[in-house]
Amino acid sequence: MIANSFEYSAPGSLKEALALLAEGAKPLAGGMSLIPMMKLRLANPEHLVDIGRLPELNYIREENGELHIGAGVTHFEVESSPLLLGKCPLIAETAAHIGDIQVRNRGTIGGSVAHADPSADYPAALHALDAKIVLVSGEGTRTLSTEEFFLDTFTTALEPGEIVSEVIVPVDAGLTGTSYQKFLQPASGFAIVGAAARVRQEGGKFTLVRVGMTGLSGNAYRARNVEDALVGKEVTDANIQAAAALVADGQDASSDLHATAEYRAHLAGAYTARALRAALARSA
Amino acid sequence: MRTINVSVNGTKHSHEVEPRMLLIHYLREVIGLTGTHMGCETSLCGACTIEVNGKAVKSCTMFAVQADGAEILTIEGLAAPDGTLHPIQDAFWTEHALQCGFCTPGMIMITKQILERNPNPTEHEIREGLDGNLCRCTGYQHIVNAVRTASLHRDALASLPKAGA
Repeated sequence: MIANSFEYSAPGSLKEALALLAEGAKPLAGGMSLIPMMKLRLANPEHLVDIGRLPELNYIREENGELHIGAGVTHFEVESSPLLLGKCPLIAETAAHIGDIQVRNRGTIGGSVAHADPSADYPAALHALDAKIVLVSGEGTRTLSTEEFFLDTFTTALEPGEIVSEVIVPVDAGLTGTSYQKFLQPASGFAIVGAAARVRQEGGKFTLVRVGMTGLSGNAYRARNVEDALVGKEVTDANIQAAAALVADGQDASSDLHATAEYRAHLAGAYTARALRAALARSA
Repeated sequence: MRTINVSVNGTKHSHEVEPRMLLIHYLREVIGLTGTHMGCETSLCGACTIEVNGKAVKSCTMFAVQADGAEILTIEGLAAPDGTLHPIQDAFWTEHALQCGFCTPGMIMITKQILERNPNPTEHEIREGLDGNLCRCTGYQHIVNAVRTASLHRDALASLPKAGA
C-alpha cells in the first residue's frame, strides 16, 4: 500500500511550521493514525509538515501547580515520565493502555487528541482531569477545555492552520485517587469502552468526582450526571453502583461487530464502577 | 525527491527518495536489507519492527524521510561480524521459538526493547510487550519462553549493539 504523492517539509522551528500550515499544508507528528489513512488513501494531503521532531513541542514541565505536556511528547514518554507518574498518574496510566510498544514509541499526545478517535484512550482521562488543550497558529494561541475541544467523531475545535501545541493537566494532590479501566478490542487494542475516574473524599463523603468515558458513543465525554450523583454523598459501594449505572444515559451508544449498543452501555456502567472503586482505593 | 542521510547497522547511507516511500521499502529495496519483513502493511503484525534511535518502531508505518538523520538498527545488525548469534537470537534458537520464521525478525527486535526496558519481566509483562507482534504458527508459548531465556543472559545483553541514544 503506497500513499499518494505529497510534498514533505521538515522545518526547524515552530514558527516556520505554522507559516507552512497557514498556506494549507497538513501536520504530521508520529503518524500513527495519519500514515495508515494515507496508505488506504482515505487521507491524501498534498503537503505535509513534519512537526514530530520540533524540540519546541517536546517537553514535560511543571509550572504554577500544573503540568504542561508538549504536543510532540510520545505515549511512551508520558507513560514513563517520573514527573507524570508522581504528580499525575492517571495520564501516565492511560498512555500505557494505548496500542503496543511500537505505537507508543512513535505516537504523540498532540496527534492523538487532534485526531479525536471516538475509541482513543486519552480523551477519557483528559475529561476526568479537567485538562486544557492549547492550540497555536500563526494568529496566536488559545486555550480550551476538553468539552470545548472535542466536538464530535474525529472532529475538534481546531481551525485550518492551527495545531495542538500542548496539553495541560493538574498536579493531583496526594488526596486524589485516579484510575483508567478499559475493556479493549483485543485485535486492535482500541477501547470498546474506557472509563477514567478521579475522586477525593473527606469525612466519608465524596468531595470531588470526575468521570470521563470513551468508546461508548461517537465522542468521548465527561459524565456529569455520574459526578453529580456522587458529590456530597456517602462513600458506599451502593452509591457508586447507582451513579455508575447512569453513565450511558442520554448517549447514542455505538453498535458494531464487537459490541452491540446495549452491551456497550452495560460495559460502560460496569467499567465506570470499576474505575470509581479503583480510584477510591487510591485516594487518601 | 528528497535526500536523506541515515546510519543503518553502523553503515552510513545517503539516497534521494520520494517522500511517500515507506521506511521498510527503503530498507528492503534501496539498501537491500531484506531481513525486515513486510507482513500486514497495516501496523498490526509487527514483522517489520526495527529500531530508530533506540526505539522499536513498525517500519511500514513510517516514511523514510522521517528517519532522516536517524540511527537505524535492523535484524541484520544483531549477530556479531563473525556470525555468532546475538543472545536473543540464540534464545529463539534454543527454545524453538519459530516455525515458519516470518515473524521472527520482528519478534527478536521487540524482545530487545522489552528486555532493555525491563531486564527481568514476568510472563504477563512479556506477553504485554509482545502485544504488537503476531505469530500465526507457534501459539506464542515458545516465543515467551525464548524471551525469558534471553532475559537470563543479562551480561551478554548488556553488550547489545545500540542504535543511537
